[in-house]
Amino acid sequence: MNAESVSPVDWPLDIHRVLEAAGIRQVSYVPDAGHAGLIRACQATPSMRTVKLTTEEEGVALAAGAWLGGQRSALLMQSSGVGNCVNMLSLVTACRFPLLTIVTMRGEWAEFNPWQVPMGTIVEPVLRLCNVLTYRVDRAEEAGETVQAAADLAFGGDLAVAVLLSQRLIGRKQWVHG
Amino acid sequence: MTLERRKTVATLLADRDDGLLVVTGLGSATYDAAAAGDDPRNFYLWGAMGGCLMVALGLALAQPGRRVLAITGDGETLMGLGSLATIGVQSPANLSIVVLDNGRYGETGMQESHTALGVDLCAAARSCGMARVFEIHDEAGVARLVRELQTGTGTLFARAIIAADDPPRVLPSRDGVYLKTRLRHAIGCDEP
Repeated sequence: MNAESVSPVDWPLDIHRVLEAAGIRQVSYVPDAGHAGLIRACQATPSMRTVKLTTEEEGVALAAGAWLGGQRSALLMQSSGVGNCVNMLSLVTACRFPLLTIVTMRGEWAEFNPWQVPMGTIVEPVLRLCNVLTYRVDRAEEAGETVQAAADLAFGGDLAVAVLLSQRLIGRKQWVHG
Repeated sequence: MTLERRKTVATLLADRDDGLLVVTGLGSATYDAAAAGDDPRNFYLWGAMGGCLMVALGLALAQPGRRVLAITGDGETLMGLGSLATIGVQSPANLSIVVLDNGRYGETGMQESHTALGVDLCAAARSCGMARVFEIHDEAGVARLVRELQTGTGTLFARAIIAADDPPRVLPSRDGVYLKTRLRHAIGCDEP
Protein backbone atom coordinates (compact mmCIF):
# COMPACT_ATOMS: atom_id res chain seq x y z
CA MET A 1 0.00 0.00 0.00
CA ASN A 2 1.22 3.52 -0.65
CA ALA A 3 1.57 6.14 2.09
CA GLU A 4 -1.73 7.75 1.19
CA SER A 5 -3.75 4.68 2.11
CA VAL A 6 -1.89 3.78 5.27
CA SER A 7 -4.33 3.96 8.12
CA PRO A 8 -4.24 2.96 11.76
CA VAL A 9 -7.65 1.36 11.17
CA ASP A 10 -7.59 -2.11 9.58
CA TRP A 11 -10.91 -1.68 7.82
CA PRO A 12 -11.05 -5.10 6.10
CA LEU A 13 -10.79 -6.78 9.50
CA ASP A 14 -13.38 -4.39 10.94
CA ILE A 15 -15.77 -5.42 8.17
CA HIS A 16 -14.97 -9.07 8.77
CA ARG A 17 -15.79 -8.76 12.47
CA VAL A 18 -19.12 -7.15 11.62
CA LEU A 19 -20.00 -9.86 9.08
CA GLU A 20 -19.14 -12.61 11.53
CA ALA A 21 -21.15 -10.99 14.33
CA ALA A 22 -24.09 -10.50 11.95
CA GLY A 23 -24.19 -14.25 11.34
CA ILE A 24 -23.17 -14.18 7.69
CA ARG A 25 -22.73 -17.81 6.63
CA GLN A 26 -22.18 -17.62 2.88
CA VAL A 27 -19.69 -15.12 1.46
CA SER A 28 -19.51 -14.98 -2.33
CA TYR A 29 -16.97 -13.05 -4.33
CA VAL A 30 -15.20 -12.53 -7.60
CA PRO A 31 -11.50 -12.21 -6.73
CA ASP A 32 -10.61 -8.55 -6.23
CA ALA A 33 -7.49 -6.78 -4.98
CA GLY A 34 -9.46 -4.32 -2.84
CA HIS A 35 -11.35 -7.13 -1.12
CA ALA A 36 -8.33 -9.46 -0.83
CA GLY A 37 -7.83 -8.99 2.92
CA LEU A 38 -11.52 -9.44 3.70
CA ILE A 39 -11.76 -12.51 1.48
CA ARG A 40 -8.77 -14.11 3.22
CA ALA A 41 -10.29 -13.39 6.62
CA CYS A 42 -13.61 -14.96 5.57
CA GLN A 43 -11.84 -18.03 4.16
CA ALA A 44 -10.18 -18.48 7.56
CA THR A 45 -13.51 -18.32 9.42
CA PRO A 46 -15.05 -21.76 10.09
CA SER A 47 -18.63 -20.43 10.30
CA MET A 48 -18.38 -18.89 6.81
CA ARG A 49 -18.62 -20.73 3.52
CA THR A 50 -16.81 -18.78 0.81
CA VAL A 51 -18.09 -19.21 -2.73
CA LYS A 52 -15.90 -18.11 -5.63
CA LEU A 53 -18.07 -16.85 -8.50
CA THR A 54 -17.46 -16.61 -12.23
CA THR A 55 -19.63 -13.48 -12.44
CA GLU A 56 -21.22 -11.30 -9.80
CA GLU A 57 -24.83 -12.00 -10.73
CA GLU A 58 -24.31 -15.56 -9.49
CA GLY A 59 -23.81 -14.10 -6.02
CA VAL A 60 -27.17 -12.32 -6.13
CA ALA A 61 -28.94 -15.61 -6.87
CA LEU A 62 -26.82 -17.45 -4.29
CA ALA A 63 -27.85 -14.94 -1.61
CA ALA A 64 -31.51 -15.51 -2.47
CA GLY A 65 -31.11 -19.27 -2.15
CA ALA A 66 -29.22 -18.93 1.11
CA TRP A 67 -32.03 -16.83 2.56
CA LEU A 68 -34.64 -19.36 1.42
CA GLY A 69 -32.69 -21.89 3.45
CA GLY A 70 -32.39 -19.66 6.52
CA GLN A 71 -28.85 -18.35 6.06
CA ARG A 72 -27.46 -14.87 5.58
CA SER A 73 -25.10 -14.17 2.71
CA ALA A 74 -22.84 -11.29 1.70
CA LEU A 75 -21.64 -10.56 -1.84
CA LEU A 76 -18.22 -8.94 -2.32
CA MET A 77 -17.47 -7.35 -5.66
CA GLN A 78 -15.76 -4.59 -7.56
CA SER A 79 -17.74 -1.73 -9.10
CA SER A 80 -17.51 -3.24 -12.59
CA GLY A 81 -19.49 -6.21 -11.26
CA VAL A 82 -22.52 -4.05 -10.47
CA GLY A 83 -23.32 -3.89 -14.18
CA ASN A 84 -23.28 -7.69 -14.36
CA CYS A 85 -25.99 -7.91 -11.67
CA VAL A 86 -28.74 -5.74 -13.16
CA ASN A 87 -31.25 -8.33 -14.36
CA MET A 88 -30.57 -10.72 -11.47
CA LEU A 89 -31.49 -7.94 -9.04
CA SER A 90 -35.08 -8.32 -10.30
CA LEU A 91 -35.13 -11.55 -8.25
CA VAL A 92 -34.33 -9.55 -5.13
CA THR A 93 -37.00 -6.93 -5.80
CA ALA A 94 -39.71 -9.35 -6.95
CA CYS A 95 -39.33 -11.58 -3.88
CA ARG A 96 -38.15 -8.92 -1.42
CA PHE A 97 -35.02 -10.85 -0.54
CA PRO A 98 -32.50 -9.20 1.75
CA LEU A 99 -29.20 -8.48 -0.01
CA LEU A 100 -25.97 -7.21 1.49
CA THR A 101 -23.23 -6.38 -0.98
CA ILE A 102 -19.91 -4.62 -0.41
CA VAL A 103 -18.48 -2.95 -3.49
CA THR A 104 -14.91 -1.73 -3.94
CA MET A 105 -14.95 1.28 -6.23
CA ARG A 106 -12.87 1.80 -9.34
CA GLY A 107 -13.06 4.58 -11.86
CA GLU A 108 -12.87 7.44 -9.40
CA TRP A 109 -10.02 8.60 -7.09
CA ALA A 110 -6.65 8.38 -8.88
CA GLU A 111 -7.92 5.85 -11.41
CA PHE A 112 -5.25 5.10 -14.00
CA ASN A 113 -7.40 2.97 -16.31
CA PRO A 114 -10.04 4.85 -18.33
CA TRP A 115 -11.87 1.58 -19.01
CA GLN A 116 -12.92 1.49 -15.35
CA VAL A 117 -14.52 4.93 -15.50
CA PRO A 118 -17.73 4.29 -17.50
CA MET A 119 -19.07 1.70 -15.03
CA GLY A 120 -17.48 3.21 -11.93
CA THR A 121 -19.20 6.54 -12.41
CA ILE A 122 -22.70 5.05 -12.80
CA VAL A 123 -22.62 2.52 -9.95
CA GLU A 124 -24.76 4.56 -7.57
CA PRO A 125 -27.54 5.53 -10.03
CA VAL A 126 -27.64 1.98 -11.44
CA LEU A 127 -28.00 0.46 -7.97
CA ARG A 128 -30.72 2.97 -7.05
CA LEU A 129 -32.62 2.21 -10.25
CA CYS A 130 -32.47 -1.45 -9.21
CA ASN A 131 -33.95 -0.66 -5.77
CA VAL A 132 -30.63 -1.14 -3.97
CA LEU A 133 -29.89 1.37 -1.20
CA THR A 134 -26.34 2.70 -1.18
CA TYR A 135 -24.05 3.71 1.67
CA ARG A 136 -20.66 5.16 0.86
CA VAL A 137 -17.49 4.81 2.91
CA ASP A 138 -14.66 7.31 2.38
CA ARG A 139 -12.83 6.96 5.71
CA ALA A 140 -11.42 3.75 7.17
CA GLU A 141 -12.90 4.28 10.61
CA GLU A 142 -16.42 4.37 9.12
CA ALA A 143 -16.21 1.03 7.33
CA GLY A 144 -17.25 -1.28 10.17
CA GLU A 145 -20.15 0.78 11.43
CA THR A 146 -21.43 1.39 7.91
CA VAL A 147 -21.46 -2.33 7.08
CA GLN A 148 -23.18 -2.93 10.42
CA ALA A 149 -25.88 -0.41 9.55
CA ALA A 150 -26.28 -1.94 6.10
CA ALA A 151 -26.57 -5.47 7.51
CA ASP A 152 -29.20 -4.35 10.03
CA LEU A 153 -31.21 -2.69 7.29
CA ALA A 154 -30.88 -5.57 4.81
CA PHE A 155 -31.70 -8.47 7.12
CA GLY A 156 -34.04 -6.59 9.45
CA GLY A 157 -36.03 -4.97 6.68
CA ASP A 158 -35.77 -7.42 3.76
CA LEU A 159 -34.04 -4.77 1.70
CA ALA A 160 -31.12 -4.68 -0.73
CA VAL A 161 -28.22 -2.57 0.51
CA ALA A 162 -24.83 -1.89 -1.04
CA VAL A 163 -21.85 -0.45 0.82
CA LEU A 164 -19.53 1.33 -1.60
CA LEU A 165 -15.91 1.45 -0.45
CA SER A 166 -14.41 4.46 -2.19
CA GLN A 167 -11.27 4.19 -4.24
CA ARG A 168 -9.66 6.79 -2.00
CA LEU A 169 -10.15 4.45 0.96
CA ILE A 170 -8.76 1.44 -0.88
CA GLY A 171 -5.78 3.29 -2.33
CA ARG A 172 -4.15 3.35 -5.71
CA LYS A 173 -3.98 0.04 -7.50
CA GLN A 174 -0.69 -1.68 -6.85
CA TRP A 175 0.67 -4.01 -9.50
CA VAL A 176 1.17 -6.90 -7.13
CA HIS A 177 -0.88 -9.99 -6.57
CA GLY A 178 -3.42 -9.48 -3.79
CA MET B 1 -36.00 -41.32 -28.58
CA THR B 2 -37.15 -38.51 -26.33
CA LEU B 3 -39.05 -38.08 -23.08
CA GLU B 4 -42.31 -36.28 -22.46
CA ARG B 5 -41.48 -33.38 -20.15
CA ARG B 6 -44.63 -33.33 -18.02
CA LYS B 7 -44.56 -37.05 -17.39
CA THR B 8 -40.84 -36.99 -16.61
CA VAL B 9 -41.14 -34.20 -14.03
CA ALA B 10 -44.25 -35.79 -12.52
CA THR B 11 -42.33 -39.04 -12.10
CA LEU B 12 -39.37 -37.25 -10.47
CA LEU B 13 -41.68 -35.54 -7.98
CA ALA B 14 -44.05 -38.47 -7.28
CA ASP B 15 -43.84 -39.73 -3.69
CA ARG B 16 -41.37 -36.98 -2.92
CA ASP B 17 -39.41 -37.19 0.26
CA ASP B 18 -40.52 -34.64 2.90
CA GLY B 19 -37.08 -33.08 2.85
CA LEU B 20 -36.86 -32.48 -0.89
CA LEU B 21 -36.75 -28.83 -1.96
CA VAL B 22 -37.27 -27.87 -5.60
CA VAL B 23 -36.13 -24.76 -7.50
CA THR B 24 -37.37 -24.31 -11.08
CA GLY B 25 -36.08 -22.16 -13.90
CA LEU B 26 -38.42 -19.69 -15.56
CA GLY B 27 -40.77 -20.80 -18.29
CA SER B 28 -41.64 -24.40 -19.03
CA ALA B 29 -39.74 -25.95 -16.10
CA THR B 30 -41.84 -23.86 -13.72
CA TYR B 31 -45.05 -24.99 -15.48
CA ASP B 32 -43.91 -28.63 -15.41
CA ALA B 33 -43.33 -28.58 -11.66
CA ALA B 34 -46.65 -26.80 -11.06
CA ALA B 35 -48.43 -29.37 -13.23
CA ALA B 36 -46.98 -32.13 -11.05
CA GLY B 37 -48.69 -30.49 -8.05
CA ASP B 38 -48.05 -27.20 -6.30
CA ASP B 39 -46.08 -27.54 -3.07
CA PRO B 40 -44.75 -25.01 -0.55
CA ARG B 41 -41.35 -26.66 -0.87
CA ASN B 42 -41.19 -25.53 -4.52
CA PHE B 43 -39.60 -22.21 -5.40
CA TYR B 44 -40.55 -21.17 -8.91
CA LEU B 45 -38.54 -18.60 -10.81
CA TRP B 46 -40.57 -16.39 -13.15
CA GLY B 47 -37.58 -14.36 -14.30
CA ALA B 48 -33.92 -13.90 -13.33
CA MET B 49 -32.90 -16.09 -16.27
CA GLY B 50 -29.64 -17.87 -15.58
CA GLY B 51 -30.20 -17.81 -11.82
CA CYS B 52 -31.91 -21.13 -11.13
CA LEU B 53 -28.79 -23.18 -10.42
CA MET B 54 -27.26 -20.55 -8.14
CA VAL B 55 -30.48 -20.16 -6.12
CA ALA B 56 -30.42 -23.93 -5.72
CA LEU B 57 -26.75 -23.84 -4.67
CA GLY B 58 -27.39 -21.23 -1.97
CA LEU B 59 -30.32 -23.29 -0.68
CA ALA B 60 -28.31 -26.54 -0.76
CA LEU B 61 -25.43 -24.99 1.19
CA ALA B 62 -27.86 -23.54 3.75
CA GLN B 63 -29.76 -26.84 4.16
CA PRO B 64 -27.15 -29.61 4.04
CA GLY B 65 -29.57 -32.05 5.67
CA ARG B 66 -32.07 -31.85 2.80
CA ARG B 67 -31.87 -32.69 -0.87
CA VAL B 68 -32.26 -29.81 -3.29
CA LEU B 69 -33.38 -30.41 -6.86
CA ALA B 70 -33.01 -27.75 -9.56
CA ILE B 71 -35.20 -28.33 -12.61
CA THR B 72 -34.58 -26.02 -15.53
CA GLY B 73 -34.22 -25.83 -19.28
CA ASP B 74 -31.31 -25.75 -21.70
CA GLY B 75 -31.68 -22.04 -22.46
CA GLU B 76 -31.76 -21.09 -18.79
CA THR B 77 -28.72 -23.25 -18.11
CA LEU B 78 -26.81 -21.73 -21.03
CA MET B 79 -27.42 -18.20 -19.73
CA GLY B 80 -25.80 -19.13 -16.41
CA LEU B 81 -23.19 -21.55 -17.75
CA GLY B 82 -20.53 -20.17 -15.40
CA SER B 83 -22.66 -21.48 -12.53
CA LEU B 84 -21.57 -25.00 -13.49
CA ALA B 85 -17.98 -24.02 -12.69
CA THR B 86 -19.01 -22.39 -9.41
CA ILE B 87 -21.08 -25.41 -8.38
CA GLY B 88 -18.35 -27.83 -9.44
CA VAL B 89 -15.90 -26.09 -7.11
CA GLN B 90 -18.39 -26.20 -4.21
CA SER B 91 -19.58 -29.77 -4.96
CA PRO B 92 -22.48 -29.90 -2.53
CA ALA B 93 -23.43 -33.55 -1.96
CA ASN B 94 -27.15 -32.69 -1.64
CA LEU B 95 -27.64 -30.78 -4.91
CA SER B 96 -29.13 -32.35 -8.02
CA ILE B 97 -29.64 -30.58 -11.33
CA VAL B 98 -32.00 -31.83 -14.02
CA VAL B 99 -31.89 -29.96 -17.32
CA LEU B 100 -34.91 -30.57 -19.54
CA ASP B 101 -33.22 -30.23 -22.90
CA ASN B 102 -35.32 -29.84 -26.02
CA GLY B 103 -32.74 -27.70 -27.80
CA ARG B 104 -35.29 -24.89 -27.96
CA TYR B 105 -36.21 -21.58 -26.37
CA GLY B 106 -39.79 -22.58 -25.65
CA GLU B 107 -41.00 -19.31 -24.18
CA THR B 108 -40.06 -17.20 -27.19
CA GLY B 109 -41.25 -19.35 -30.07
CA MET B 110 -39.19 -22.54 -30.06
CA GLN B 111 -36.06 -21.10 -31.65
CA GLU B 112 -33.05 -23.44 -31.59
CA SER B 113 -30.68 -23.19 -28.63
CA HIS B 114 -26.97 -23.94 -28.65
CA THR B 115 -27.63 -27.51 -27.52
CA ALA B 116 -29.44 -28.12 -30.82
CA LEU B 117 -26.28 -26.91 -32.54
CA GLY B 118 -23.74 -29.20 -30.91
CA VAL B 119 -23.11 -27.81 -27.42
CA ASP B 120 -22.93 -30.68 -24.92
CA LEU B 121 -24.14 -29.72 -21.44
CA CYS B 122 -23.10 -33.06 -19.92
CA ALA B 123 -19.54 -32.56 -21.15
CA ALA B 124 -19.59 -29.07 -19.61
CA ALA B 125 -20.87 -30.42 -16.28
CA ARG B 126 -18.28 -33.20 -16.31
CA SER B 127 -15.43 -30.81 -17.05
CA CYS B 128 -16.64 -28.59 -14.18
CA GLY B 129 -16.20 -31.50 -11.78
CA MET B 130 -19.76 -32.66 -11.06
CA ALA B 131 -19.69 -36.02 -9.32
CA ARG B 132 -22.53 -37.75 -11.19
CA VAL B 133 -23.30 -36.79 -14.77
CA PHE B 134 -25.52 -38.68 -17.17
CA GLU B 135 -28.04 -38.35 -19.95
CA ILE B 136 -31.48 -39.92 -20.06
CA HIS B 137 -33.86 -40.35 -22.97
CA ASP B 138 -36.17 -43.24 -22.02
CA GLU B 139 -38.15 -44.76 -19.15
CA ALA B 140 -35.19 -46.78 -17.92
CA GLY B 141 -33.21 -43.54 -17.70
CA VAL B 142 -36.00 -41.87 -15.72
CA ALA B 143 -36.03 -44.83 -13.32
CA ARG B 144 -32.26 -44.50 -12.88
CA LEU B 145 -32.59 -40.78 -12.25
CA VAL B 146 -35.27 -41.36 -9.60
CA ARG B 147 -32.96 -43.84 -7.84
CA GLU B 148 -30.00 -41.46 -8.01
CA LEU B 149 -32.12 -38.57 -6.70
CA GLN B 150 -33.31 -40.59 -3.72
CA THR B 151 -30.24 -42.53 -2.73
CA GLY B 152 -27.13 -41.22 -4.38
CA THR B 153 -24.66 -38.74 -3.02
CA GLY B 154 -22.51 -36.12 -4.71
CA THR B 155 -23.60 -33.31 -7.01
CA LEU B 156 -25.78 -34.73 -9.76
CA PHE B 157 -26.24 -33.31 -13.25
CA ALA B 158 -28.70 -35.06 -15.53
CA ARG B 159 -29.65 -34.00 -19.02
CA ALA B 160 -33.13 -35.24 -19.87
CA ILE B 161 -33.65 -35.24 -23.61
CA ILE B 162 -37.26 -34.18 -24.07
CA ALA B 163 -39.54 -33.75 -27.06
CA ALA B 164 -39.69 -30.24 -28.54
CA ASP B 165 -43.38 -29.79 -27.80
CA ASP B 166 -45.25 -27.06 -25.99
CA PRO B 167 -47.77 -28.48 -23.50
CA PRO B 168 -50.49 -26.21 -22.08
CA ARG B 169 -49.18 -23.82 -19.46
CA VAL B 170 -49.90 -24.56 -15.81
CA LEU B 171 -49.27 -21.36 -13.93
CA PRO B 172 -48.34 -21.33 -10.24
CA SER B 173 -48.31 -18.14 -8.18
CA ARG B 174 -46.21 -15.29 -9.54
CA ASP B 175 -46.05 -13.61 -6.12
CA GLY B 176 -42.37 -13.87 -5.25
CA VAL B 177 -42.78 -12.73 -1.66
CA TYR B 178 -45.42 -15.41 -1.10
CA LEU B 179 -43.31 -18.13 -2.72
CA LYS B 180 -40.30 -17.13 -0.59
CA THR B 181 -42.21 -16.91 2.66
CA ARG B 182 -44.11 -20.16 2.30
CA LEU B 183 -40.94 -22.12 1.56
CA ARG B 184 -39.23 -20.65 4.63
CA HIS B 185 -42.32 -21.51 6.71
CA ALA B 186 -42.43 -25.03 5.28
CA ILE B 187 -38.90 -25.79 6.40
CA GLY B 188 -39.08 -23.88 9.67
CA CYS B 189 -36.32 -21.39 9.03
CA ASP B 190 -38.20 -18.18 9.73
CA GLU B 191 -36.17 -15.78 11.80
CA PRO B 192 -37.76 -14.72 15.08
